[in-house]
Amino acid sequence: MRVWRWSLTAFVVVFLLAPLVVVAVGSVNENRYLNFPPEGFSLSWYGQLFTDPGWRNSIRLSLEIAAVSAALAVLIATPLAYVLRTYRIRLAPILYALGVLPFMLPPIISALGMQVFWLSTGHVGRIENVVIAHAIFFATLPLVTISLAMETMDQALPEAAKTLGADQRTTFRTITLPLLIPSMIAGYAAAFVLSLNEYIISFLVAGFTVETLPVKIVNGLRYGFTPTIAAIAVVFVLIAATTLTLFAIFGNLMKFLGADPAILEKNKAA
Amino acid sequence: MSQQERPSPRTYGVLAFPVGMLVIFFLIPFGIMVATSFYHRIEGAFYEPAFELANWQRLFQPVFLERALFSIGICLLAGFVCIVVAFPFTYFLTRMRRRPQVALLIVVLSALSLSEVIVAFSWYILLGRASGVSNILVWLGVMNEAAAYQPSFAAVLLGLCYIAFPYCVLTLYPQLTRLDPEITEAAQTLGASPWRTFWTVVVPIARPLIVAGSLLVFVFTLGSYIIAFFLGRPEHWTLSVFIADQASANANVPFAAAMAIFLTVLSLLVVAAVVLVESRTRRLT
Repeated sequence: MRVWRWSLTAFVVVFLLAPLVVVAVGSVNENRYLNFPPEGFSLSWYGQLFTDPGWRNSIRLSLEIAAVSAALAVLIATPLAYVLRTYRIRLAPILYALGVLPFMLPPIISALGMQVFWLSTGHVGRIENVVIAHAIFFATLPLVTISLAMETMDQALPEAAKTLGADQRTTFRTITLPLLIPSMIAGYAAAFVLSLNEYIISFLVAGFTVETLPVKIVNGLRYGFTPTIAAIAVVFVLIAATTLTLFAIFGNLMKFLGADPAILEKNKAA
Repeated sequence: MSQQERPSPRTYGVLAFPVGMLVIFFLIPFGIMVATSFYHRIEGAFYEPAFELANWQRLFQPVFLERALFSIGICLLAGFVCIVVAFPFTYFLTRMRRRPQVALLIVVLSALSLSEVIVAFSWYILLGRASGVSNILVWLGVMNEAAAYQPSFAAVLLGLCYIAFPYCVLTLYPQLTRLDPEITEAAQTLGASPWRTFWTVVVPIARPLIVAGSLLVFVFTLGSYIIAFFLGRPEHWTLSVFIADQASANANVPFAAAMAIFLTVLSLLVVAAVVLVESRTRRLT
């Protein structure tokens, strides 16, 4: 059993890290074509990310779309999550399902829906089309994190505020909203990262005019391997891994991922 | 939550923005898509409003049904492969000490944060002739000359498993940490080997979780586009690739819409199955 356990874990780690190793090697290869064993060492592909206007433009576009669409997603999710958990509304399950549905269905459904929608309005190929499409598709993530926070929130707090004479609006602004901020940030971050990586919706909604980073990478892949793509991949992975490591050091990664609190205590003691 | 308040007219005012956005930018587009599936495609041009069943008839031709069955088959297989590896892996993971556990979770989450585009790209290289794994094998003297493993069915399956694996682990993780260690300890006190404990105690308890996890992988991989497009030949394409292909390269949007609705129904059925399984077993212990 022990041998089996270690070999399985090793296998999974190798499997998960294999693509990362390939892109890391490819990104510092001097040669334009990736050969094995690699030849030379060069950081020029990383430089190209910041000097080549095409790549720079795509990186900026993707960051803008991700930042705005994630904010819009939180704006959609917060009132929905708050009202559905605070008030007795008959249609609540249906409204919640409406908020989760776009993300539950394959992205191609939202992509094609948005494509025919914008075609029928004649408003085609604009950046705001992508922003709205991403906001709707990823609104599910903040909706889930905020709803969860609403459920686990100590109900005594808003009730105490009301007993002390605060009206609904003041209670929301001074008690509920501050308590919801962490879950709003978590939802924003998740929507931001996924929007940055999203391809098919961006492509079908405005792929020929708004060249986001994933769209540009795929267009580049049609002409074969480019070390710049590998460099981008490495930058992305480093950002993600650093963020997660900081989160694990300063926050509680296991608890965030839903581990049982009782088990965590036992683990700490051991 | 115990006591919920009665909604006032203002409450509905607060709901107007989110619900309005979802209706305008999700339900209405979906409605337009349903309508489009009955439109008439103009060869070489675009499409015009009409009411015809041609696109739906095409959906029920053997060629298309065969493609649909292939998609369902490869995604179910991906779900099976993923769960076979992810379940024991996650189980061992939850039994590890804190440090290695967190380190492995970071590896899993890093893989999760990789764009599907980049995953496809790296496996494309890894399985290719020019600089892939076969070159390492040649270098080690195991093989005589480098070989290309993509495009192929196995490459698509591997890519699908790669993108779904982290999601699968994260779905299993919270529940498996709640599996009481005393249960497995009791089994071993009574003389069962760790191996036997795993098969006769852990797996049966977690069976609903295993079903739900593999169905989630199924829905998730059904939505993947890039993997099958880059790592497979057209005969390995899944429904998502065909829909995107018809909507962009072939410019047959009405047929793409009909296929998209078919895919929606299929996904909804699977999601409903997952919800049913999960509602029956909220907690493991």
